Parts: sequence; C-alpha cells; structure tokens
Amino acid sequence: MIDPKIRDRFPMLTSNQMMQGHPLIYLDNASTTFKPDCVIEAENFYNSLQTSNSHRGDYDLSYLVDQHVAESRALVASFINADTREVIFTSGATAALNTVAFGYGLSTLKPGDEILLTLAEHASNLLPWFKVAKMTGAVIRYIPLTKEGRVTVEAAKQAIGPKTKIVSIAQVTNVLGYEAPVKEIAALVHAQGGVICVDGAQSVPHIKVDVKDLDCDFLAFSGHKLCAPTGTGILYGKYHILEKMEPFALGGGMNVKFYPSGEMELLPPPTRFEAGTINVGGIYGLAKAIEFIQGVGMDNIAEHDRMLKARAVEGLKNCDKITMYNATSEAGIVDFNVNGVFAQDAGTWLNSKGIACRSGSHCAKILHEHIHTIATVRASFYFYNTVEEIDTFVDTLVKGGDFLDAYF
Amino acid sequence: MPTFELTPAMMREIIMDHYSSPRHKCDPEQEGYVSLHSASVNCIDDINVYLKLDDKGIVEDARWNGVACAISTASSDILCDLLIGKNEKDALYLNEQFHKMLHEEPYDSSVLEEAMAFMNTSKQAARIHCATIGWDAMEQLLKEHRHDR
Repeated sequence: MIDPKIRDRFPMLTSNQMMQGHPLIYLDNASTTFKPDCVIEAENFYNSLQTSNSHRGDYDLSYLVDQHVAESRALVASFINADTREVIFTSGATAALNTVAFGYGLSTLKPGDEILLTLAEHASNLLPWFKVAKMTGAVIRYIPLTKEGRVTVEAAKQAIGPKTKIVSIAQVTNVLGYEAPVKEIAALVHAQGGVICVDGAQSVPHIKVDVKDLDCDFLAFSGHKLCAPTGTGILYGKYHILEKMEPFALGGGMNVKFYPSGEMELLPPPTRFEAGTINVGGIYGLAKAIEFIQGVGMDNIAEHDRMLKARAVEGLKNCDKITMYNATSEAGIVDFNVNGVFAQDAGTWLNSKGIACRSGSHCAKILHEHIHTIATVRASFYFYNTVEEIDTFVDTLVKGGDFLDAYF
Repeated sequence: MPTFELTPAMMREIIMDHYSSPRHKCDPEQEGYVSLHSASVNCIDDINVYLKLDDKGIVEDARWNGVACAISTASSDILCDLLIGKNEKDALYLNEQFHKMLHEEPYDSSVLEEAMAFMNTSKQAARIHCATIGWDAMEQLLKEHRHDR
C-alpha cells in the first residue's frame, strides 16, 4: 500500500498545478517523473553550500564532495546489488547505452558477429548499435516479438546462436511495458559466449532489479525516471568486463598520466568512464531519490503500478472508442488510440482536460509497424498517481468528445 | 475581401474539411517542382512540401505529403490553397501574418482567408509547431528559390 500522504512530498503535486483550467493529472511518468522535496533539497544543498569539484581539490570542501559522491555510488550499488566499483555515473540511460556500444561493442565486434535486439527497443538502444554495426561489420538481428509485442524465452532461444556476441534489450519496454525474461535470456547468451546489456530505464524505477540475480553484464538506467534530477544515470558493468573496456569519452578525471607521444595510462573503472566533471549536484539528488523510493518500497511501487494499470484496463477494455495495445503487459503503462483520431490530436484533447499523456512513437519508431499503427497515446503511472486520477482519465476517454474541442 | 465573423463552428468545419479531404496532399507526378522535407521533434509530423514556380516567380502549384496530425494536415493544405497564384512577396507576407496570428501578435487578417481557422491554436501552445510545420518549410523554400536571386 502506498500512503496517499506521499504526494505531500512533491512540490509538483502540492502546488496545485492547473492545466487548461483543470487540476493537473500527470500520466507521463515513463517519460520523466516528479522530484520529492528531499531530492530538490539535496541538489540545492550541493549548489548552495557544498559546491566544489570532485577529484580535484586538496581542500576540505572538495573532500566532502568526494565523500558524498563515494557514498552515493555505494548506495546505488546496494540498490541494484552490485559492487561499488561496478557503478558508473552517466548523464542518463542514453549515455550509458552509448558507452556500452562504443566502449565495449566497437572494440570487441568483428565482421559477421551478431548484435541481437528487439523491435520494441527505444531509439537509445537501437541507434548506437546501428552505428557500431556499420563501423565493425557486425550484423543487427532481432529477437522476434509475439503478436502482442512480448519477448519470450522460446524466441530468444531460437535467435541466440554462436555468432551472437551482444544481446541488448529492455527489461521493460517503454511503449507496451512488457517485461522480458532477462534472467533466462542472460543464461542463453552466456552459454554461447556472448554478453547481455539490459536497458533498465523503465524497469529500475518500478521493480526490484538485482544485477547478480539477473546475471546481466551491463545495466543502464536514468535517474530522472525514478524521481532524481535530469542529467543523471547509471551504467552498471561486471568488473572484469569494465576492466578491459575502452572508455567512450576521454579527458580529465579518468587518466593517470599521458605523454606528448600520445601514450596514456587510464584510471581503473568506474572513474575511467567518467571523463570530465560529473553532474555532482545531480548525483546528490540521485542518491536521495533512491533512498526515497526505497523508503516507499520497490514492492509497494510495483504493486501500486499493477493496481492502477488493472483499473485503467478494466475501465477502458469495453469502450468501443478506444483501441488498447497492451492490456496484458506488466508495467503501469496503457498504450492506446482513440479510434479515428490521430494520436497527437488525442493527446492535445487530453491536455485540454488537464491530463498529461505522451503521444507519438515514443522514440520506438520501429515498433509501431508491429502493432499496426503509426502512433499511439501512452499513459504511464507512478506511485504518486491516485485511483481518482486514473478514474478521471478513464471517464474522460469513455465520455469522449470532439478532439477539436481542445481549440474552441 | 469581405469581412465576416468566423464562428468557432465554421473554424472547426474548415479544419475538419481539409483534414478529412485534403486537396493538395500528393507528391508531384511531373518535373519542375522544388521540395523540402520537414520533420518535427515534438510531433510525429514528417512531411515534404513542393512548389512549382513560373518564370516570373508566381506559385503555379503547391503541394505537400507525409504523415501528419489533423492540425498540420489542415494547415498545410490550406496554405497550399492560398499560395497558388501568389508571387513570392505576397506569399511571404501571408506567411508572416499567419505566424503573427499564431503567436498572438497584431496581424493583418485580410490575407489569411481559411487560415483564420487556426486563430485559436495558441490555446494549445504545444501544437503551434504542428500548425506551422508546412508554413515554415514553404517559407524556407520560397526564400531559397527567390525569383530575384
């Protein structure tokens, strides 16, 4: 159970925001999430009272910052059951996935090797691989999805072979919200000598993720989808892989020494992968956000997501005005269209009722052919959403109206 | 230009009419068109616009095609209607007045005709770019292919 008082911790909720004359109902949590007071305060604390660079100074203030960053790293590590030195701070899941593609993929892939993805991946788990495939001569293949859009162990078993060097898939997909059997797929790819990279952007904020249990080689996720500031993210990598991995970005803070000849010695992981000044204030916020959601309880969050999803599906499933694409998926995401109305126009109409949803292709531009539509509207929930909000959302859709009402 | 009050009902009708049966939504079958591609980061809109200019720089034909929401479909289609027969100067003037209307600045309504149906777009600020995607592309195309260049 989520205590409804949790909403009091979010200025975006307590400030009684209005949108188009209606109380704001924010259902775009798969895109980004609201920040609780403690996260905002933590970032403010760094900016107002503890500003100094990490790894740079010999003075007390800089030492305090280094300590805080180290504690934050340890907290992230315990959150996903990793070792501290396996946790790399990035600017988000996108940077993390690019680090894997250009750090690990580029230096290990040979012509003819296979990179295995799915059609339901987000652009950030496709485009880096497309580029790396082009640069190395590796081949992109896809694990076929079921008709509804799910990855199954059976399909993965068929697709994974001796040429499979990298499998990179979302644990929970960002449009349909199906959960992939990552643990089983990891075992299959390991048996063939390959590695698995997991896009955890939609899973880590919502369910308990344990990298040891999954036995994944990499895990990427963003902070801003779990109540942390934007510009924060994590790349987890198994240490023995990180040790041999090339950095994607080079610069200050990640080298031991370098010479005019071009020779360089790099720091060990994770700092090797953190060139330049890291987002220190963001990291203060990220640590607080993780503490905060752990306080709410990952099991409680998952249960609340499921409850809201079930309620929305129940309310919409018999509505002949609505086509739903993912009634059976695990995540708190409802992907739908208002029949006869272009997704973007339906999104604007919901805006006119104060409801914030995402419409379009949601950065998963190759998925929509699979579900036979160009674009969809996506409503995505988090633990601070209420049953009343879901009911208003459902009632609004069921009642319907002319989408041009938004303008008149 | 006769002056009459456009009612919301009339504006809805104009938008729905051009959305459900656009007149100029097709790729050119013949040579002689210049074109520009335009896609939006905010909406799924992904369109091409086409212009055929005669040797005096007058718009002989204007077309567009692509994936577009109701607002961008209707606005691009109405734009094509209005462009045909205009010289570059009048076409650019029309474009400027449309942008002013959408951004709630003083504008000359006498040239906008059916495009007046979009006078309320600013109520849905996130959609202004949909209403202007075809217009912006056409403006760039007109400027790139100015007769006096």
